Amino acid sequence: MRESIIMKIHYGTALGAVALVAVHILMRMSQKFSDSLQYQNVITNYHFLPYALMLEAILILLSVHGFNGLRVILLELKQGSTYEKMINYGSLAAMAILIAYGSRTILMAGMGVS
Amino acid sequence: MAVVEAPKPSEESNTKTSSQPNTITLRIARSNPSEGQEPSFSEFQIPVQKWTTVLEAILYVKQNFDHSVAVRYSCRQASCGSCGMKINGRPALACYTKVSELNSNVITVEPMNNFPIIRDLAVDFKQLISNHKKMKPFIIREDSEVTPESKEFIQTPQDLEKFLQFSYCIKCGLCNSACPTMATDTSFIGPQGLAQAYRYVADNRDKGKDDRLKIVDDSHGIWRCHFAGSCSQVCPKGVDPAMAIQLLRGYLLGFRK
Ligand code: HEM
Ligand code: SF4
Ligand code: FES
Repeated sequence: MRESIIMKIHYGTALGAVALVAVHILMRMSQKFSDSLQYQNVITNYHFLPYALMLEAILILLSVHGFNGLRVILLELKQGSTYEKMINYGSLAAMAILIAYGSRTILMAGMGVS
Repeated sequence: MAVVEAPKPSEESNTKTSSQPNTITLRIARSNPSEGQEPSFSEFQIPVQKWTTVLEAILYVKQNFDHSVAVRYSCRQASCGSCGMKINGRPALACYTKVSELNSNVITVEPMNNFPIIRDLAVDFKQLISNHKKMKPFIIREDSEVTPESKEFIQTPQDLEKFLQFSYCIKCGLCNSACPTMATDTSFIGPQGLAQAYRYVADNRDKGKDDRLKIVDDSHGIWRCHFAGSCSQVCPKGVDPAMAIQLLRGYLLGFRK
C-alpha cells in the first residue's frame, strides 16, 4: 500500500476516534461514574446495539491507529528489509488479534454470556 | 606568492573591548574512525577580534598550531555549503558564525550529527547528495532544450515567489544534522531532499510533479517528518524545509493541485 494511503487512514482513524471517544465519554457522564461501572449497567450498555457498535468502531479505529503508529516508530528506529517486512506484517497481525479479542468481549457481553 | 602572517597577540591589545575577550579557547573534536581513533578534543588559545569567524579561528589553528586538523571549507561566505559543523552544540556554518556572537570564551566545534565522520570536522556527504539527486533537482519537461527559435519559459513574479525561497539551498546539510528523524532513520530522505522536491514541484515550468510525488511517498519519505521544525531553525539560507515538507504533503493529501 502507498504510504500516503496508510497515513490518510492514520489521520482518519485519529479524527474518527476523537469523535466517537467524545460520545463515549458523554454517555458515561449521563450518570455518576461509580454507577456507570455497576455490573448491571455495563451489561445493559453492551445489550444496547448502537452503543455496542460504537464500542466496536472505537476498538477498530484505535487498534488500527495505535499499531500503525507503533509500526512507524519501529520503522524509524531500525532499518533493513527483513526487519521492515516483519514490522509491517507484525503490526497487521497485532491489529487483527486485538480487534478479534476485543470483539469477542463485546459479542459475549452483548449476547449475555459472561 | 603573498605570505600571510598570523597576527601577533601584542598587536591585538589595542582592539580589546570591555565585552569581548581577545583570547578564546577553541576546542576542536578530533577523530579518525577509519584508523580506529576514538573521539577526543584538542584545545587551543586563539586571539580573536570582533569580526573573527569560527572558520577563521579554526584556520588560525591550522596555520599556527596543528596543520592536521581536518575541516572542509571553500567560499568563506556562506555560499558553498562546505563548512557546516556543530558550534557550541548547534549546527551552523563556521564561516557564517562570528566568535563574538557566541558570547562565550570557550568555543567547541564538532562534526555535524547524522553524518558519517571522515576525520575531525569533515563528514561524508554521499547520502545527502544521492538523496538530493533522487529528487530530480532540475526542470522536467519535453521541450526543456532551448533552441535558437525557442523563447525562455515565462514566469510571473507570483509564480517565482512560490519556490524562490526554497531554491536558496546550498546543500550544507545543517538541516539534516538537526533533524531528529535522521538520527535513527538512516533511510529517511531528510529535510534537504524533501525541500528540493517541493522547490521543483512548485515551479510552474516543471512537469515532473507526479514523478517526484511518487518518490517522496515512501515508507522512509515525506511521512517520516513529525514537525519538529529544527531543520528550519538551523538553515543559514532561510529555506524553511519544514514548511516545504508541509506544502509538499498538501499535494499528497489532496489539498493542493
Ligand atoms: C484520539 C485522539 C488521537 C489523535 C487525534 C491522534 C493523532 C495522531 C497523529 C496526527 C499522529 C501522527 C503524528 C506524526 O506523524 O508525527 C499520531 C501518531 C501516533 N498515534 Fe495517535 N492520535 C490519537 C490517539 C492515539 C491513541 C489512543 C493511541 C494509542 C493506542 C495512539 C498512538 C499513536 C502512535 C503510536 C503514533 C506514532 C507516533 C508518531 O508518529 O509520532 N494515538 N496520532
Ligand atoms: S535547506 Fe538550508 S540547512 Fe538544509 S541543506 Fe539547504 S541551505 Fe543547508
Ligand atoms: S566555507 Fe562556503 S559555506 Fe562556509
